[in-house]
Amino acid sequence: MNAARYRRRRRLVTAGKVGLGVGLLVWTLLPVYNMLLMALDDDADEFTGSIWPPDPNLDSFWSVWTEDYWLMKHFWHQFGNSIILGLATMVLTVLIGSLTSFSLGRMRLRRGWIVSDLALLTYLLPTALLAIPFVHIMHRYGLSDSLWAVIAAEVTFATPYAILILHQYGRLIPMELDEAAKIDGASPFQVYRLVYIPLMAPALVAVGVYALILTWNEYLYQYLLLSSTDHMTVAVMINQFFDSDEAPWNYMMAIAIIYSLPPVAIYFGLRRYMVAGLASGGVKG
Amino acid sequence: MSVSQRALAIGGVSAPRSRRRAWFGGLRGADYIWAIAFAVPYVALFLAFVVYPICYGLWLGSEPELYTQLFSDPRYFTAVLNTLVYVGIGVNLKMFLAFLLSGFFMRKGWWVKALLVVFILPWATPALPAYISIHWLMNGQWGMFNNILYLLFGIDGPIYLNSHWMGLACNIGAYVWKNLPFWTVILLAGRMSIPQELYEAAAVDGATGVRKFAHVTYPLMANLYLVCVLLDTVFALGDFNATNFVSGGGPAMSTEVLATLGIRYAYTLALPRLGVAEVMTALPLLIPLVYILMRKLRVSEGQL
Repeated sequence: MNAARYRRRRRLVTAGKVGLGVGLLVWTLLPVYNMLLMALDDDADEFTGSIWPPDPNLDSFWSVWTEDYWLMKHFWHQFGNSIILGLATMVLTVLIGSLTSFSLGRMRLRRGWIVSDLALLTYLLPTALLAIPFVHIMHRYGLSDSLWAVIAAEVTFATPYAILILHQYGRLIPMELDEAAKIDGASPFQVYRLVYIPLMAPALVAVGVYALILTWNEYLYQYLLLSSTDHMTVAVMINQFFDSDEAPWNYMMAIAIIYSLPPVAIYFGLRRYMVAGLASGGVKG
Repeated sequence: MSVSQRALAIGGVSAPRSRRRAWFGGLRGADYIWAIAFAVPYVALFLAFVVYPICYGLWLGSEPELYTQLFSDPRYFTAVLNTLVYVGIGVNLKMFLAFLLSGFFMRKGWWVKALLVVFILPWATPALPAYISIHWLMNGQWGMFNNILYLLFGIDGPIYLNSHWMGLACNIGAYVWKNLPFWTVILLAGRMSIPQELYEAAAVDGATGVRKFAHVTYPLMANLYLVCVLLDTVFALGDFNATNFVSGGGPAMSTEVLATLGIRYAYTLALPRLGVAEVMTALPLLIPLVYILMRKLRVSEGQL
């Protein structure tokens, strides 16, 4: 009697787990599937109302590849802009973040806490609320329609997090190493370059990936600061589809998929490493 | 800007910290100059691109007439209401789901792990393509969501993005979709850092499900949960992308939130000062949040 009840309960729990799993899967994949569905449809403005592509083909991807539509005449150039923006932000964030965290955490700069508090404050600042004066200032600096203006914005908003993370990770590295190098006559810059940077490599990679993904997710500053087709990034260009009279939504979705590939690839490539970093970091309870 | 990995900062690396200094007795002479030189790039960045814009913004939004103009615009009050709903429901619903799901993902089994990998996908997808896809998904005439409803239940779904409340709900849903995985992983890491011995000890004392939760999980997770909620409130308050791309602020600017309405004033209506003034009205909500979070998150105090 008891065993039967136990078995029934057990079956109920399993059913619940499977139901939850299926629900999560549908919830997660629905917008992703929608992207594919629209991109694989070749007749752009006549969606038939089916939930699978009636005639799946890669025409829209081919059109994007050959830049065969007036809005995407410069697609690969603009994709290059996005990559330049991401890489420049990554390099500058890692450089400035590591220098600052070395100065604060390793050299123990007097009143360095002021700097790390300012970084934390910037981290907590909603960037969208700062956009209007920021764009005005960029015009004043003579950086209108320049990729540098956007790089400045992204670095400004990525560096605080880099400083906080590097600062915390740096505590795991024993101070004795710095002392030994110093006794051997190394200058602070040599300690930074030969001791600090190699030991911090995993955290530097994480911070660099973070900066790259941040620029890939960001839209507002790119939209406000870049206006010419020559300097535009993919994020700004996709939005132009909404303003066009025609409805080449399949092209729009093909671009969206291509644009999503780099971060998804990076994430799944480094997944093991990123999740491990997250877990080993532990979370203050 | 995306909420994603930014918030990893809440996961503090709690290592035994070394109190020793490589530069004994504080920095002297050339070393001091080196240390300052290393910090200069960030300080310069901060002054040029954070302090200057903030001061300029404060100046732009300093005229009292702007606020009279702002408060006489009914769209502004709609945006305030929308922001409160968006942040209030979006953040709390998501965090509660993330908490429950983090419990689910603690379960063993290969398929739970495989599901976690797929579940993370929205976090890895950039905001823009994701929100554009959701925009078309929810299209009332030919969107896939209504097609599915029709196929499964034979009902014609409403035109979601033509209604204030349904449009807002779509924005919230999109925001939850994009950021749920991230917070689930953060809370999962929090749960995993609870020593298993505590649960074993509780079990020895006769605790089962509910009591284990009340006396072990809850006390150890409460602070993390609170920090996550506050942090995400700040992020949601400044979220531009979901509203801008899912509902586009429409119909007739009825689903705008503070983060998008300011931009709309400044760049669609060419009223930059009004836009800044509108943003300034978010400060009474923002400042206390930032103050509490600064106190909870600061890593430096007394350690430098």
